Amino acid sequence: MFRNQYDNDVTVWSPQGRIHQIEYAMEAVKQGSASLGLKSKTHAILVALKRAPSELSAYQKKILPIDDHVGVAIAGLTADARLLSNFMRSECLNSRYAYDQPLPVSRLVSAVGNKSQILTQRYGRRPFGVGLLICGYDSQGPHIYQTCPSANYYDCKAMAIGARSQSARTYVEKHLDKFLDCSLEELVAHGLRALRDTLPSDINLTTKNCSVGVVGKDSDFTIYDDDKMEQYLSLIEGEERSSRAPPPTDGVQEGDQEPMQQDGEGQADPQPAGPEVQQPEGMDQGP
Amino acid sequence: MEASLQMEFWRNGPQPGALYNFPGSQIWNQNEPTKRTLYPSVTGTSVLGLKFNDGVVIAGDKLGSYGSMARFRDLSRVLKVNDQVVVGASGDYADYQFLSEIIEQRVIEEECLNDGFGYTPSSLFSWLTRVMYNRRSNINPLWNTYVVAGWENNAPFLGYVDKIGTAYQAPTISSGYGAYIAQPLLRDALEKKPNMNVKDAIETIDRCMKVLYYRDARSLNKYELAIVTKDGVEIRSPVTSQPNWEIAHLIKGYE
Amino acid sequence: MEVLNNRGVEDYQTAGPKQSYFSPYSFNGGSILAVAGEDFAVIASDSRLSEGFSIHTRDQPKTYQLTQNTVVGACGFHGDVLTLIKVLKARIKMYLHEHNKDMSSTAVAAMLSTILYYRRFFPYYVYNIVAGIDDEGKGCVFSFDPVGSYEREPYRAGGSASSMLQPLMDNQVGFKNLPKQARVPLSKEEVVKKVRDGFISAAERDIYTGDEVVVNIITKDGVEVERFPLRKD
Repeated sequence: MFRNQYDNDVTVWSPQGRIHQIEYAMEAVKQGSASLGLKSKTHAILVALKRAPSELSAYQKKILPIDDHVGVAIAGLTADARLLSNFMRSECLNSRYAYDQPLPVSRLVSAVGNKSQILTQRYGRRPFGVGLLICGYDSQGPHIYQTCPSANYYDCKAMAIGARSQSARTYVEKHLDKFLDCSLEELVAHGLRALRDTLPSDINLTTKNCSVGVVGKDSDFTIYDDDKMEQYLSLIEGEERSSRAPPPTDGVQEGDQEPMQQDGEGQADPQPAGPEVQQPEGMDQGP
Repeated sequence: MEASLQMEFWRNGPQPGALYNFPGSQIWNQNEPTKRTLYPSVTGTSVLGLKFNDGVVIAGDKLGSYGSMARFRDLSRVLKVNDQVVVGASGDYADYQFLSEIIEQRVIEEECLNDGFGYTPSSLFSWLTRVMYNRRSNINPLWNTYVVAGWENNAPFLGYVDKIGTAYQAPTISSGYGAYIAQPLLRDALEKKPNMNVKDAIETIDRCMKVLYYRDARSLNKYELAIVTKDGVEIRSPVTSQPNWEIAHLIKGYE
Repeated sequence: MEVLNNRGVEDYQTAGPKQSYFSPYSFNGGSILAVAGEDFAVIASDSRLSEGFSIHTRDQPKTYQLTQNTVVGACGFHGDVLTLIKVLKARIKMYLHEHNKDMSSTAVAAMLSTILYYRRFFPYYVYNIVAGIDDEGKGCVFSFDPVGSYEREPYRAGGSASSMLQPLMDNQVGFKNLPKQARVPLSKEEVVKKVRDGFISAAERDIYTGDEVVVNIITKDGVEVERFPLRKD
C-alpha cells in the first residue's frame, strides 16, 4: 500500500492540509457491505446487505437495535460498531432512567460525533473504522443520520454507505421526492430496489443476505431478517432490475478479505490506495 | 502538629487562600466536619396545585419564615422553567435557591444546543425525583417538596416530589400543612366540578390560599400564582387575598 | 444524663428550637396479591398512595409490567419503589440487548433478588411479588423480602393488608382447612373474583388499602388489566 511520511498518526497533518489516518478510516467504511436508510413522514427504515465471511460462518448482523426508538446499520469494522452500539445503548438507557424519555435522536448522534472526534485528535489513537446509519423516531418525527470515522455526521433524507453504495445513492436520489408520502411497504420496496442495485447482476437479494429495520410513530424499532424478509422481498420479486447495476463479479471470492474482520467480503471499490488521488467525502470542509 | 501551629500567620481571620475556596468544594476547611441540611432554617409553607380542563395552576405564598418568625415577606417560591413548565417549592429556601440555580443553568445549556428539544414537565419531574432520591440516599437531603406543573402531549401535568424521593402525579396536590387543610377542599371542589375552566381553578385555589392564611400560622395572604396552558406560562405576583376577620371576635374559650 | 464540665458545674438545659430529624424512609402503604394458575397468573394491587393519615393520591397502582408476561408488584416506601422499578426496567433492556430475547419471569425473579441484596446494608424498603409465566408455560409467583430472600409459591399477599389477605387466600385458593372434595384447580375468572373480594374486605379494615383495585391477568399472550372500585374513605 502507498505510504508517505505523513500517514503514521492522526496527530500529524500532511502539507496538503489533510490527515491521512482519518482518510484511511473513511476507506474502511467503503469496504463494508452496503447499508441504506430511508424515511417517509411516518417511518424511518434501514435496509442492509449481509455477508458471510466464509462458507462455514453465519451471515454477519448488519442492523443492531439500540433502543425502542433507535436502530443502526453498520458498514466497516464490526468490532468498532459493537463498541459504539454499546455506548449508544447506555446513552439511551441513561436518558430513560434520568428523564423518563427516549433520547432525542439528534442528541444521540451528536454524542457519537463527540466520542469519535476525540479519536481524531489524540496521539496514539485511531479513528473508528465504521460508518453508521442511525434511524430513529422521536417527538420531531423520523430521522436518518449518517456518521463517519472522521466524526462528521449528517442529517439525511436518505443515505447509503458501504461497498458499491453509489448505485443505491443514485437510485434514492432519483426517487427522493416519492419517499415522504410512501406507505411502509412502498418505502421498504424502494429500499430493497436501491439495495439490489448495489449487487452484481448475477447475485440477487435473498432472505439470507439482507435484513430490514423499521421504526415508526407508534411502532418500536423492529428488525426483519431470514423468513420474516419474505413478505418484503415478494414486493419487488420479478421486477426488472435497473440497467445501472454494476457488472458481474470478476472472480472475487466471498471470504477473500483483509486480515482484520470486516463485515464486507473484502472487495474494495476499484480505486487507487493513496488518498492524494481523490478527495474522500469525509473531508468535506462544509455542509 | 507543632509545625502546623507555627504555620499560622495570624489568628481570628481567614486562613491564607481560604477566601478563594467556595462552599461545596471538597478542600474547603478540612478541620470541620462536613455540614448537611438536617433541619430547615428559612422555610416556605404549602404549595398548592390544581389541574383543570385545559391547563394547570399552582400557588405558593411569598413568606419566608425563620422558625416562627415571619422573616421575609416577599420571597418567590415559583420558578418558571420554560414555556411549558413551572416548579413550586416548599421547605428550606436556601435549598430551593441552590436547586433553582442548577435548573436555570441546565435550561440555558439546553437552549444553547438549539435542537428544538427542551425540558418537558415529565422529564424535569423525573430528573427531580432522581436528584431528591440520590440526595436522600447520601443522607444529605434537599429539604424541599417540589410541585411540578406543566403542559405536555396536549394535557396538563401535575407532579409532587418530596425530600426523600416519594413522587407521584395527581389532579390536585398540596404540600406541607396544605395537605391537611387545602387538599380536602381541592378534592371536594374537583369532585363537584370535574370540568373546571381557568376561572374556576383560580377561584378554587384562591379560596384554599385564604383558608390556609386563616389556619396556617406560617402563611401570608400575599401569594404567587402560576397558570400553565397550551399558550404558555403566566405568573401572577403578587396576588393578595382579602381576609375577613369579622367573626374572629366570636371565637372564644381557647385563650 | 448528667454531664459535669471542667469547672465541676452541671450543664444547664435550654429550650432550644425544635429540631426536625431526617429519616430516609417512609411508608406509603398499599397491598399486593398474586395467585399462580395452571397456565395463567393474576397479580393485583390497590391504587392508594398514603403517608401517615394523608392520602397522597388515589390513582397510583403498585403493579408494574416489566416484560410481555412478567408483572411485579412493589409496595412499601414509594421512593424506593420508583427507583427499583427504573433499575429493573433498565436491567431488563440490557438483558434484551445482550441475549436477543425477552427475560423470562424466573430470570427476572432471580435478578430482583440480587438487586435487592446488593443494598443489604441500606435496603430498598420494598415488598416485592413477581408474577408471570414460567419456561414450561405454567403460571408462577415469587415472593420477596426487602433484602432479597425469595421463593416460588402458589399465591402470596404483600404490603399493608397482607396479614388479612394471606389467611383468606390460604383458605380460598390454598384450600386450607377445607374438605378434600373442595380442592379443584381454580379458573382465571374464579381467581379474579376471589382476589377482588379479598381487596374489598381488606379495604374495610386497612386504612392504607382502598380507592381501586387493579388486577393484572397474565397469560402467554400478554397481560390484561381490569379495575374495580374500592372504598375511598
